[in-house]
Amino acid sequence: MSSISQNAEVARADRLIERHEKDNTTIFGFWVYLMTDCVLFASLFATFAVLRNNTFGGPSGATLFSLPYVLVETLSLLTSSFTCGLALVSAQARRKTQTIIWFIITFALGLTFLSLELSEFHKFVVMGDSWRRSGFLSAYFTLVGTHGLHISIGLLWMAVMIVFIYKRGINKLTMKRIRMLSMFWHFLDVVWIFIFTIVYLFGALHA
Amino acid sequence: MMIHHLSTTFGSLLGRLSLKWLPHDPITAFGAILLAAVPIGAALLITYTKRWRWLYREWLTTQDPKRIGIMYIIVAILMGLRGLADVILIRTQQALSSGSNHGILTASHFQQIISAHGTIMIFFVAMGLMFGIINLIVPLQIGARDVAFPFLNATGFWLFFAGMALINVSLIIGDFSATGWLAYPPLSELKYSPTVGVDYWIWSLEIAGIGSLLAGINFVVTIIKKRVKGMSLMKMPLFCWSVLGSMSLVIFAFPILTVTLTLLALDRTIGTHFFTAGYGGNMMMYVNLIWAWGHPEVYILVLPAFGIYSEVAAVFSRKKLFGYASMVWAIWAIVILSFIVWLHHFFTMGAGSDVNAFFGIMTMIIAVPTGVKLFNWLFTMYKGKLNMKTPLYWLIAFVVVFTIGGMAGVLMAVPPVDFQLHNSLFLVAHFHMMIVSGVLFGYFAGITYWYPKFLGFKLNERLGRYAFWSWLVGFLLAFVPLYILGFMGATRRLDHYSSSLGWQPLFVVAAIGVVFIIAGVIFQILQLIVSIWQRNGELKAGHDPWDGRTLEWSLPTPIPVYNFARLPEVSTRDAYWEAKKTNYIDDRPYEPILIPKNSPLGLVIAAGAFIFGFAVVWHIWWLAVLGLAVSIFGLIYRSMDEHTEYKLSAAEVKQMDQMRFQEIKS
Repeated sequence: MSSISQNAEVARADRLIERHEKDNTTIFGFWVYLMTDCVLFASLFATFAVLRNNTFGGPSGATLFSLPYVLVETLSLLTSSFTCGLALVSAQARRKTQTIIWFIITFALGLTFLSLELSEFHKFVVMGDSWRRSGFLSAYFTLVGTHGLHISIGLLWMAVMIVFIYKRGINKLTMKRIRMLSMFWHFLDVVWIFIFTIVYLFGALHA
Repeated sequence: MMIHHLSTTFGSLLGRLSLKWLPHDPITAFGAILLAAVPIGAALLITYTKRWRWLYREWLTTQDPKRIGIMYIIVAILMGLRGLADVILIRTQQALSSGSNHGILTASHFQQIISAHGTIMIFFVAMGLMFGIINLIVPLQIGARDVAFPFLNATGFWLFFAGMALINVSLIIGDFSATGWLAYPPLSELKYSPTVGVDYWIWSLEIAGIGSLLAGINFVVTIIKKRVKGMSLMKMPLFCWSVLGSMSLVIFAFPILTVTLTLLALDRTIGTHFFTAGYGGNMMMYVNLIWAWGHPEVYILVLPAFGIYSEVAAVFSRKKLFGYASMVWAIWAIVILSFIVWLHHFFTMGAGSDVNAFFGIMTMIIAVPTGVKLFNWLFTMYKGKLNMKTPLYWLIAFVVVFTIGGMAGVLMAVPPVDFQLHNSLFLVAHFHMMIVSGVLFGYFAGITYWYPKFLGFKLNERLGRYAFWSWLVGFLLAFVPLYILGFMGATRRLDHYSSSLGWQPLFVVAAIGVVFIIAGVIFQILQLIVSIWQRNGELKAGHDPWDGRTLEWSLPTPIPVYNFARLPEVSTRDAYWEAKKTNYIDDRPYEPILIPKNSPLGLVIAAGAFIFGFAVVWHIWWLAVLGLAVSIFGLIYRSMDEHTEYKLSAAEVKQMDQMRFQEIKS
């Protein structure tokens, strides 16, 4: 009798390990995906580096960019990364409501970032400095815009995630997805730091 | 200004689409009708035989890599026939179109066919065969019950299918790119290619490329994470190593393709200036970007074929593979070097002698690991008990042809030589020798070798050999003249040349070569039909007809959905070969197995992508939004489903497994 129950114990432990390995596989797969996204951004950065001086008589970064404005953008995104981390910590502590609240704050900060970026784009386009103006502006709008598109996808994901956590609570599956979402969000943060440095800082310095 | 532009674009509900884009000239119209007849005929047949439910349940929604692999291969074979039709037109045109004769095709139509041939053969034939065989074999060889991400895998296949569908739709409505298989700007820019052709090219490859990227991620993770206990990396079959190398290249190279195509699409659609001649664009950046993907792509295709050759060499020589470790290191040397040779595709850009010298030397160095592999195959065969079957024929032909083609490649790696031969038919002959022998012959060998594992009977050997000889003779007849023509100054993509050049006889020889290749293809089709006919006679194969060495041959045929009822125990290379030497009887208890449920959502996501691609090509913006919405909806809907697997209990597995054993015995 006891050996049967022992066997059942062992089998259960084995199944748990199998589950765990499966989750690890998904997380590892997501790392690999992030690597491909890294290559995607690397290609866009390379494009930007090639075209950054091809202003074709149009404005350069130095005349267009306002560093204080970009600083506000950056701060809102960095803070959102921090609150996303807090959401993960709350989820690990199985605090459902707290997790949702932190995600809502993250979402709001991300949305702020996106609105700031779009209104900057709008300003440039209205001034006549759209992506049609020069190779430099094409590269600028595409690199920064691709990051913005990723942020939009992240926001959509986060919205779905919030509903998901609200309905199903925090279990193995939601936990795994929260982990991946936070990886994605931090990744976008890192990409933004490169954009901030290479596009805006170097651009503004390079008169 | 921008808003005005958008509103005029939104003005017409159908964008640029109108009936005037249906084909008018007889050859295109015939092709379009033939092409449309295939899916319509298939649909009628399925309706007539009442097979829709079966098709939906067993194939369209399947998550089983064994079935997905077969679907990849079927698509690739059909597309191969279309690519062959293009070849016939190209060779006929070039054989006739000299002096006052202008052949059968107009210049622009000829360029479209050349572009379609290259694009289809690389993206939908070579890639399709490769992913097909990988899906079929990799999980079995590493002792896994499934791939790491079955749903992602199925979605990848359907995106590949959507890209294939889009490129074929271009034959029916609109036109295709006439800018070569890689669509260099500024020719591919809107100003010089104002019709939808280049857009079809872009979106077809964009969608199929994302599918390939997903498949790449899946297989890297599968090989790293799903190997059976005991199979350390250095105990993997060499095919799996080659796939790991190839898929690593996919995950690093395909994002570059995605970016490059997107930038060209932005240039053409919203008026950016990445590659335009004016406004500070840089067209050479396109050439750099596309080859930063394109050169690794060559090795993406060729590495798995190398893996197949390694399996074939060992099994049909009844010897273990010579130099396993050096084979592995050669693969990784190729993987790394393939990223630092891309500039040899355009030495004539004028990057300067230092840059050209670097890339020239790197190109010569990459021939070294490839040479190591060639010698290893030869040494594997040396003093082996050769079982002279068709796969070994393909291998031997490959060794010879690949060496000739490779030598031509090393020759062109010398920049001053390349300045003479750049964009000539010499180059065309070189890369066909590499890709046809290195890729296509390899996949032919692989299909012949693994066919009985999935279908339960071998392919007819005699017809296989007829096909082989027709192919080889035809191939040499078709491409050796192109080397000579290249030396004589003939450039690629010529739709007409002066009769005073004296090129026509050689072009005629090349066309005769194609006749032999067609004979080879007919023999291959006959081989399939005759083998099905004879399947219960002498072709009937057990589960291990070649005396195989790797785990896939330990499984019963047909292979159960879970592959391994009990996971194998592995402690050496060539695990099955070693197991056959012992009298081990597996009496371990069975365990429950989780199997992914069918799902139509991969198909839905890809259908959305197809609609999106078609709509963007024709500037039908509302439809593009709709297509995108369908894809996103499919994704979110899938994420809401927590019960994506079903469970076979240990008792069920036991029952199924023992039934199969009884079948094998009887």
